[in-house]
Amino acid sequence: MNNVSRSKLHGLWALTNRELKKWYKAPTVFILTLIQPVIWLGLLGNALNLGSLVGSSSFSVSPELISQLQLTPTQITGLQGFFSNIGDTILQNTFGTTSYISFMAVGMIAFTALFTTMFSGMSVVWDRRLGFLNKALSTPVSRSVIILSKVLSAALRSMFQAAIILIIALPLGFQFGAAFTPINILGVFAFLFLICLGLSSLFIAINIRSTRMETPMAVMNLLNLPLTFASSAFFPIERMPDWLQAVANVNPLSYTMNGMRQLLINSTIDYSQLALQYAYVGIFAAVLTTIGIVLSWRFLNK
Amino acid sequence: MSEEVIKAEGLTKIFNKHLVAVDHVNFSVKRGEIFGFLGPNGAGKTTTINMLITILRPTEGKASILGYDIAKQNNEVRYSIGLVPQEYTADEDLTGYENILLCADLYGISHEVSKKRALELLELVELTEFKDKKVQTFSGGMRRRLELACGLINRPKVLFLDEPTLGLDVQTRSATWNYIKRLKKEFGMTLFMTTHYLEEADALCDRIAIIDHGKIIVVGTPTELKDSLGGDIITVGIQKDVDITGLIKKIEHVKEVKKENDTYMIKSENGEITAPLIIEALRKEGHIVTRLSLTKPTLNEVYLQYTGRSMRDAEESGESLDAKRFTRARFRH
Repeated sequence: MNNVSRSKLHGLWALTNRELKKWYKAPTVFILTLIQPVIWLGLLGNALNLGSLVGSSSFSVSPELISQLQLTPTQITGLQGFFSNIGDTILQNTFGTTSYISFMAVGMIAFTALFTTMFSGMSVVWDRRLGFLNKALSTPVSRSVIILSKVLSAALRSMFQAAIILIIALPLGFQFGAAFTPINILGVFAFLFLICLGLSSLFIAINIRSTRMETPMAVMNLLNLPLTFASSAFFPIERMPDWLQAVANVNPLSYTMNGMRQLLINSTIDYSQLALQYAYVGIFAAVLTTIGIVLSWRFLNK
Repeated sequence: MSEEVIKAEGLTKIFNKHLVAVDHVNFSVKRGEIFGFLGPNGAGKTTTINMLITILRPTEGKASILGYDIAKQNNEVRYSIGLVPQEYTADEDLTGYENILLCADLYGISHEVSKKRALELLELVELTEFKDKKVQTFSGGMRRRLELACGLINRPKVLFLDEPTLGLDVQTRSATWNYIKRLKKEFGMTLFMTTHYLEEADALCDRIAIIDHGKIIVVGTPTELKDSLGGDIITVGIQKDVDITGLIKKIEHVKEVKKENDTYMIKSENGEITAPLIIEALRKEGHIVTRLSLTKPTLNEVYLQYTGRSMRDAEESGESLDAKRFTRARFRH
């Protein structure tokens, strides 16, 4: 057998690229994945703009009060400044930044990763139904490579989308934190890579056994909302009721988002917290990837 | 290397501990032969192929391809076989050329080799002018040909074809048959195929195994199988209403005579030779033959003889519906 590579990982890039090509070579799909975060940020970020509730414009001193207290113009300006200062402090203490859209944009990045991994998990069902999986299984390509290619393509897509979200969020009012340096972007990618690894393995292991699209759809719908809302995507965990905090505190998406917020929008970085966040997401990824690959491998080897 | 390219001994697959899909099957395929598995849907054809191509593990028994054990040396098996699956597995969003290159990558073939081979294969299946078109624009026949090209990218010594003409129209079907015949002739490839089309098995296969309920019922060349029915049937009618059974029986090559009203059904191994003899013999005795017809047995009759029902009945009965459900379920457990 000349010209044949017998490495254990051969075919990994070919299969990953197959997944990616379906995305970047199909203009509609590609443009839609770019439009989606714009809509999320534009609509949700503005419709649900918690920042404006306590922002400087929310406070005004009523004329009655001014006449009652007989304030001078300087005092009025001072009073308004005082109130807007309170607003900013509330925002800063709640969200770690005075810009709510920045807070939400990071949530959106994690949210997009969740969706991408879900769809990547579902594509396993298609591969089975269309016979591609069988075809690949009859070739010497390693079983784990088939699974890994799905995981890898989801991770790469998510990282690209994260970059797009950040670029789109800038004109919408996104503000980098004081602690931000361009190298932090790499840290964000590391978070995304780990969370995608874990989630994608989980979804593939769930979906690989089903032959119908309905089952994964139902599973995804079931997992989607709790994973999103029992996390710090839209609101900080500390302000949630206790029972919800308990759920959100084990949700790996919360750790991913909080970690990414430290890197992107917070004014200071708590490195021990950051280490904890990396460790949590890293262990989640390691455990789920192992479980996912073992389960899928066992299924493919019967 | 042995002349037996594929050898199965007691090959068995039981799903879910009680669904016997393939039941102690024995057969061997010789080098350069087109071997066909013929049977209705759900008979166990695809399960057998899936075991041979190392996708499914046999529950019992063993099989080898080119001397490699399908369970223990599955990687060696995978390098030496090609598969043309039942479904259209080519990626619709990719071009024909890209699809072949993807297949090549799954075998770890270096790009400089695979690019050359892909072009040759596209030429072989006459898709060169469509090579940069996305597969979603391809017709059924073109997709089939592309699958064929993908299955050949690693220059397999054994090619497996699972229902190669499923869902194709008559013209495309016979065109596909020609490609398959060429593979055998030009490359001396060994081909293992499944089909539930009797004409296909008859036109293509050197040897056929009729499989039903997971068991091989009979194996032989199409001619042997047809001959095993006892030969051709000659139907003769004469003018006068007299019994001439005894007279016909004396004629050379005649094996059996049955009289039905004024018609005689005569079984003979070689109808073309026997028929003129019958006419001559009867004329000598003063009988006038008013009509004569010659029927060659088809695989349909063979199938009927060995399974006790016609192929169409087996397909249409509720049984095949169960079989389909079973086919869908087989991967779940």
